[in-house]
Amino acid sequence: MKIAFSTSGDDLNAALDSRFGRAPKFLVYDLDNGTFAVVDNRQNLDAAQGAGIQSAETVARLGVGAIVTGHCGPKAFRVLKAAGIKVYNSNAATVTEALEHFKAGKLVEAGSADVEGHWA
Amino acid sequence: MINELVVISGKGGTGKTSLAASFAVLAKGSVIVDCDVDAADLHLVLSPQVKERHDFYSGHEAVIRQPDCSGCGTCLEYCRFAAVKLKTEDDTGIKYVIDPLACEGCGVCVRFCPVKAIDFPEKFCGAWMISETRCGPMVHAKLGIAAENSGKLVFTVRREARRLAEERKLPLIIVDGPPGIGCPVIASLTGATLVLIVTEPTVSGEHDLKRVLALTQHFGIPAAVCVNKWDINPGMTEKIEEKARQEGAQIAGRIRYDSAFTRAQIEERAVVETKAACVKEIKQIWDRLGVQKV
Amino acid sequence: MILAIASGKGGTGKTTVAVNLARVTGFTVGLMDCDVEEPNAHLFLKTGPASQEIVGIPIPQVDETLCNGCGDCSRFCRFHAIASFGGKPLIFSELCHGCGGCARVCPRLAISEANHRIGVVETAQMENITLVQGRLDVGVAMAPPLIRAVKARLPKGVPTVILDAPPGTSCPVIATLQGADFVALVTEPTPFGLHDLELAVDMVRELRLPFGVVVNRAGSGDDRVHAYCNEKNIPLLLEIPDDRRIAEAYSRGELIVEALPGYRCHFEKLWNSIGELITT
Repeated sequence: MKIAFSTSGDDLNAALDSRFGRAPKFLVYDLDNGTFAVVDNRQNLDAAQGAGIQSAETVARLGVGAIVTGHCGPKAFRVLKAAGIKVYNSNAATVTEALEHFKAGKLVEAGSADVEGHWA
Repeated sequence: MINELVVISGKGGTGKTSLAASFAVLAKGSVIVDCDVDAADLHLVLSPQVKERHDFYSGHEAVIRQPDCSGCGTCLEYCRFAAVKLKTEDDTGIKYVIDPLACEGCGVCVRFCPVKAIDFPEKFCGAWMISETRCGPMVHAKLGIAAENSGKLVFTVRREARRLAEERKLPLIIVDGPPGIGCPVIASLTGATLVLIVTEPTVSGEHDLKRVLALTQHFGIPAAVCVNKWDINPGMTEKIEEKARQEGAQIAGRIRYDSAFTRAQIEERAVVETKAACVKEIKQIWDRLGVQKV
Repeated sequence: MILAIASGKGGTGKTTVAVNLARVTGFTVGLMDCDVEEPNAHLFLKTGPASQEIVGIPIPQVDETLCNGCGDCSRFCRFHAIASFGGKPLIFSELCHGCGGCARVCPRLAISEANHRIGVVETAQMENITLVQGRLDVGVAMAPPLIRAVKARLPKGVPTVILDAPPGTSCPVIATLQGADFVALVTEPTPFGLHDLELAVDMVRELRLPFGVVVNRAGSGDDRVHAYCNEKNIPLLLEIPDDRRIAEAYSRGELIVEALPGYRCHFEKLWNSIGELITT
């Protein structure tokens, strides 16, 4: 299974970004073979609206099974749920730390968005 | 955790901006944001020194390249917003032109023009600024005339305010919100800690308060209400406060009708910077709101 | 004649002017309350029962049996109102502008449109006044589509129409003012009043509409608005004095021209001033 982590950096030591919708990048980690790839998400940093929706579409089309992020808004959550992607909230400082927590089963799957959407 | 107080009103002209300015003065360290980007007035009493100015683009607008227009009228047929106008030229025949004030930037005409004669540039909508005031940093904006007020600019100034609050370790953001209940208001209050609704003791104030409270309930944000100019109609004041309580809103207080609101504006000061009788009432409301961390 | 009452700043007295103007005229008049977020005109007019019509915008509906998840719809939409990720697309109705683009681009013709409610238009009668008001559902973000629906329901054969606009200078006001013959900008003689009046003047100039200014609560501030109108050669149509009795009557939902009949001539004069300006 692949997991996408919201991040601003380029490797596993990079910081975990607190936002999903406007995350600068996603680090997509493949649990099956321990490799990863970094995907740019910059077109969403300045999106007029629906940045969360677009980010969710991006990770869905990458075939991930789960995302780990600081906060996920309601529109993104709706798309992720429809796509069958599990959402995990984490306040770990780095991607590595978040990954360790995930592997150790310490992260709880989110049942809903944990923050308000930004606006209509 | 940073507290964010958003001051809105539903009905315009109740005294939001005057109160927001007074709160900025009373606060011990805050970032102040003017989210009424359509008719921003807060700067008139806080005298900001602009430090940064950023152009703001939002959406796109369709522009027909006149020489390439074949006059087929497909754009006119497809446009849902009555933005395509006929423009006949004597020697070049029928041409169409797009009214930028009606164009919603949907891109349908751009996509379906058979001769690809329509450009789709980003729309320049205004600018946002970061300034310094005697009360601390201020983020504000000026939306262009007739620009789309979709909320993106409001969201942008709030995001910058949060960034500043985190950088400078300021515990509070005070937002001067827009009137109404549409896009810009929604963009002003999602994620707020507390909303203060400033109303007036009139049938209009009562009517509009109900709708604004429905909005805050819709978004699950705690609300407080204060009645400005309460002595214009004490009976209505009580009626409004009772209804607000029933809807789960906190009653923050009352302010009497005081010409100091206008005088302070003329002196380019916040009301609490004058010696007006209503200053005590404003301070009481500020204390009751409890957003200031000790 | 279509007369619009607007302002930059909220709370200057647009609705007060609109309803009192409607009341003093003996002619048949249509009063369109285009402040669909907070419609107030009805509070001042004792109308008969209102008839209501639900208004919606066309939003996409995807036929799952035809959709192959290609994502063309999602890539086309400028508002991110339709999300595609392989399966049946998700629709975000609150972001949709109703442009119909996704339905047109779908290569499989899998998208049709259904009416999605945004609010209501209510029509009621009081003697010679037909009141048409829009009321946006709470939580709906976009006002212009409902404003257009209100204006589309202009009563037929009515010679005079008053459009009560929302405050500000952005899209809802533009949607209200388009097609008007004259705009009366209502302001107050204060710094906020002047600042927002200047924005409103820029707006009506952009729309190329003739306009004039009404100063409400005259005497409550200073003379900067008068100086501005003088300097820019903007017609000053009317001054309503800062009379506490007006504020009190307003607070009770009473028409000024009924509670304080001495003010009837003010509003009659306003009609005359506007009439003169339009004919010249």
